[in-house]
Amino acid sequence: MTAVEKLEVVDTPEVPASQPGLFRRAWALPRAKLGAALTAAVVLVAVLGPWLGPVITGHDPTDFAGKPFKHDGIAGTDGIGRDVLTRFLAGGSTLLLYAVLATAIGIVLGAAVGMFAGYSGGRLDGVVMRGNDVLLSFPQLVFALLAIAMIGPHGWLLVTVIGVTHAPRIARVARQATVAVVASDYIRAAEMYGVPRWRILTGEVLPNITGPLMVELGLRLTYSIGYVASLSFLGLGIQPPTADWGLMINENRIALIVQPWGVLLPVLAIAVLTVGTNLITDALASAAAREEAR
Amino acid sequence: MSLDVTDLRVSTVDGSPVLHGVSYAIAPGEILALVGESGSGKTTAGLAALGHFRRGLVPAGGAVTVGDTDILSLTEPERRALRGRAVAYVPQDPALSLNPSLRIGRQIAEVLEAHGAPDAERVAEVLAEVGLPTDEAYQRRYPHQLSGGQQQRVGIAMAFACRPSVVVLDEPTTGLDVTTQALVLETVGALAAEHQVAALYITHDLAVVAQIADRVAVMRDGRIVETGATRDVLGHPTHAYTRELLDAVPSLDGPAPAGHEGTPVLAAKDVSVSYGEIDVLRGVGITVDSGECLMLLGESGSGKTTLSQCLSGLTAHYTGSVELDGVALPPSVRRRSAAQLRDVQYVFQSPFSSLNPRKTIAQSVELPLTRLTTMDKAQRRERVAEMLDRVRLGRSLAHRLPDQLSGGERQRAAIARALVTTPRVLVCDEVTSALDVSVQATVLDVLNDLRRDMGMAILFVTHNIALAREVADRIAVLLDGRIAECGPVDDVLTRPTHAYTRELLANTPRL
Repeated sequence: MTAVEKLEVVDTPEVPASQPGLFRRAWALPRAKLGAALTAAVVLVAVLGPWLGPVITGHDPTDFAGKPFKHDGIAGTDGIGRDVLTRFLAGGSTLLLYAVLATAIGIVLGAAVGMFAGYSGGRLDGVVMRGNDVLLSFPQLVFALLAIAMIGPHGWLLVTVIGVTHAPRIARVARQATVAVVASDYIRAAEMYGVPRWRILTGEVLPNITGPLMVELGLRLTYSIGYVASLSFLGLGIQPPTADWGLMINENRIALIVQPWGVLLPVLAIAVLTVGTNLITDALASAAAREEAR
Repeated sequence: MSLDVTDLRVSTVDGSPVLHGVSYAIAPGEILALVGESGSGKTTAGLAALGHFRRGLVPAGGAVTVGDTDILSLTEPERRALRGRAVAYVPQDPALSLNPSLRIGRQIAEVLEAHGAPDAERVAEVLAEVGLPTDEAYQRRYPHQLSGGQQQRVGIAMAFACRPSVVVLDEPTTGLDVTTQALVLETVGALAAEHQVAALYITHDLAVVAQIADRVAVMRDGRIVETGATRDVLGHPTHAYTRELLDAVPSLDGPAPAGHEGTPVLAAKDVSVSYGEIDVLRGVGITVDSGECLMLLGESGSGKTTLSQCLSGLTAHYTGSVELDGVALPPSVRRRSAAQLRDVQYVFQSPFSSLNPRKTIAQSVELPLTRLTTMDKAQRRERVAEMLDRVRLGRSLAHRLPDQLSGGERQRAAIARALVTTPRVLVCDEVTSALDVSVQATVLDVLNDLRRDMGMAILFVTHNIALAREVADRIAVLLDGRIAECGPVDDVLTRPTHAYTRELLANTPRL
């Protein structure tokens, strides 16, 4: 076949560029940059705040700094005379840490369950996912309230409860994405080459569902921040006298008119943080959807 | 001339040219075939006749004249008014173009309504034109209650319903089996002649062209490289590219392949598979001898993929037995030993779904070696490189991801992955059906070379009897889950014993 040799030459076009990765495509969107800037600003405050606070104001978060609700210093004092700015700067790190840990637990647990169910298929899939649906029918916050009311307001419990209640939601998404990937022939091929199940899940399935999982990660992080702050606000999360944004809102809300900073600063920080993570998530979702369309 | 396209230029919105000045004209009642491989611009050139440009493409010069109207100078609403009445379109996949929730009678009436008053009689007439039943019960069917061929004929009926002067048909028979294809081609030819319609037939299949077209235009890289009467172009091609395309077309006529002596390697004995009430395979028995290529021929729904998956352990719930060297193989790949897995390898139909998009070609090809052999890393690397050479993939491709490769390159990578453990039997499931004809020729050539060099047996599963002489020593014809006929290629092609094989041969278009 002489045609074949000739076509061989024809058959070598210039190297087509591979599609850039999910993060690079998401980063190309303006909202990703805005979201990252907002998130970074709040994270910076939360992480550096505990050290910066005393340096700037000369007070410790739990110190008595002056008369209650006075407008001394930059942001004044709270109801028992502690410096609001110092407490604000100190109050983000725990919230952030808890939110990140809870999201991590949720993603790992949810992805594992979802991928397992989606790959197994059949009856096992049905049983696992119906159990999942039952868990889904409870509001997350009710679960958290129940557990904390029973065991007590411990940090580890807060993280675990939020993480575990995230899992069924993430499992759903992970299962759906897995089912689509499992239909591909390369999964059949891997089975044919004797690749064990867990290696198929981690090596063949997981890299192909990172798009939806990253979107879930961002979304659940946003929710986690909200839940940790809410529970602290309700007095079931981080306990006084520790400085915490959720708690500060509760402590200072009675004096909103007299001394608005005690409420405004933490509210602003939480709002900016959630909007920031949400914008990043949104950009990731667009990038992942575009990938699917290809 | 009904349709006159002169010096048409189309480019992408960011300015890179797609068509570099394409000109063609079609007289009333004439069928012009626009031939080319994927990416040649044939669909873009064809859709331009309707004044339609796909997203991201814009006309950059030239003229498209239908009758006396210059389509490109019209506004979009004016073009839309022309479609159906003056120009019409038959898309590639009728299953996607018919509304699944409208009865077909209603859908045809809708087309007629858009361009005047419809009546029930006219709908029946339109159906009769394409040889479909006209009764009320048939008109009340939904598209999913029709076969693929009937759906396509409804599509054709709708295109011809308002007596347009130009009809563009975009590979309308690609998804159909040869018998249905023959019927559809006949319908198109008759309608075009009867109503003096200028038909533009877009296709990659030169054998179909030979059957239907009056004239041919061969396209490549956005240019028409050769044009002329079908007989002249196919009989005496002047352009090198046309000759290449013609050479790559598999032919049913030719010398008999040398007979093959071998001992049975892989055998299916009395294999039956059923899904609920439906029997997919009913006691099938085939044997693949060492070093031979057995073609398993069947149309969609004949059970050929199910059979090949039983052999390779991808379908486990069958009765009967699959034997390797006379020893029964466990039904599921999960229970087969590494040696058994190495010996029987499978190549999937679509190279677009058989390679993990997140792994480089080298990683994918290395996978069977990692799992099924005890080679160390250096040995595996060397073996992968050697195998990629054998399937004629350059080493520079080894570290690319699948989406950086063409379809043919991907399929060769998939073949390399199947061959890297030197199997004794290679099961190829429709491995060329997703590929262009010249790419198909390359892949078949690679397979033939490998068979000669490595001495393995091949079970070549296909719906295309035209490939028989290119690859096979023997043919087994599968019909409704049973082997209808089995024998050496020459016997089956020249003296078919089963009526079905005779029908297939009669309906397969030839150059």
